[in-house]
Amino acid sequence: MDTAAGVGTRLPIRSDMDLVWVRQHVRQAAAELGFSLVDQTKLVTAASELARNTLVHGGGGEMEASHVAAGGNRGLRLTFSDTGPGIDDLDRALSDGYTSGGGLGMGLGGARRLVHEFTVETAPGSGTSVRVTSWVSRPPRPREDV
Amino acid sequence: MPQHETGGAPGTPAHEVRDFLRRRSEEIAQRWADEPLFRTVFTVSREEAVEAGRAVVDALARVADSQRVEDPDAAGFTAVREQLARMGAARSRAGLSTTQVASELAALRPPVDKLLVADLERERPESLRECSTALTVLMGTLRLVAMQTALSEIQALTDRQRLQLLEVATPVIKLWDGIVAVPLIGTLDSARSQVVMETLLNAVVDQHARFAILDITGVPTVDSLVAQHLMKTVAAVRLMGAECVVSGIRPAIAQTIVHLGLDLGTVRTRAGLADALAHCLDELGANIVAAAPGGADRK
Repeated sequence: MDTAAGVGTRLPIRSDMDLVWVRQHVRQAAAELGFSLVDQTKLVTAASELARNTLVHGGGGEMEASHVAAGGNRGLRLTFSDTGPGIDDLDRALSDGYTSGGGLGMGLGGARRLVHEFTVETAPGSGTSVRVTSWVSRPPRPREDV
Repeated sequence: MPQHETGGAPGTPAHEVRDFLRRRSEEIAQRWADEPLFRTVFTVSREEAVEAGRAVVDALARVADSQRVEDPDAAGFTAVREQLARMGAARSRAGLSTTQVASELAALRPPVDKLLVADLERERPESLRECSTALTVLMGTLRLVAMQTALSEIQALTDRQRLQLLEVATPVIKLWDGIVAVPLIGTLDSARSQVVMETLLNAVVDQHARFAILDITGVPTVDSLVAQHLMKTVAAVRLMGAECVVSGIRPAIAQTIVHLGLDLGTVRTRAGLADALAHCLDELGANIVAAAPGGADRK
């Protein structure tokens, strides 16, 4: 069981400028926790994809970042939430190449591959919340392989 | 209903202060003109400083009139907000810290307080104390207004600079006959990638370039949108009959692109700008060789 350590930081996601700030914040937080350069880059890229989804598909929302700890391992948890239309078909949204916004359709599925833990809570009409966690060193893998 | 004429409806400490400020407006302005804040900002003439001081006293009197001495949003301050901002900005430019500006603003109070005490010394001690307190609060609010205004100026400046940063000119550099390069730095959003594409395509035409190098060493994050922009630019360059090489792919970026699942297979990539240039020169049939002792020169 992991515990959230410290108070979460909340960043608004309302414009392209906010995306820049989200990326910078995640990069800094990951560097402070001791993430390697590759893991920092992966997490920042995942955050960039998810924050853009929040902005483009969810009509804006916020990101909450918090430190987590489990069995002596530290990690960073990011939660992106919006109050937009939600995702109709989650499986399809996660599949590569499917897009509803004119992009490459790699955002959601790609972000899942870039982090250690990935959960989506969504329902049509009631917004979307995507929570991702990455650990400084990879924990015993609890998730099924993709 | 409080009246606007001097001497109307005395009673509350705020109104006493208002009457005092209107009565002594000229003296206060004269004394303020000798304080560092006014003296150093209005250097053209003393009269200018006195004029500015009068405007501030007038605003304070109006705020006191409205009984909102502790409210920085009081309508009375509106008239001097811009002037206070200018004064604060001038002092910051002169190298003063925010704290120093704040203490210069605080220095405006004692001369006024002295005048107030002199004026009301025949009043009851309690009423003098009350008036003095009201004046102190009012001057504190003035300080707050000035600092608030200075902060919002800084905010506006920051916003402008952020916009400028996004619009940083994207130079196209000619590396060789037929080879142009664009070093990309910072965030590659839709607006910037549009600018990049346009300048690059124009350069391809102007320079009769056969090769265009997009260097992304300075792009911190390559996500699917950035990749999409890159691929569109590459495709457009190709339509112009030139070949596009993307260089500056760092190890961390390469791994991330793979995990993200992006297929850049159609894009020719190189690790560094030098590698990309070497590739282009090679394709052009140009070779760079070390100068021979005999003094061979380049092609």
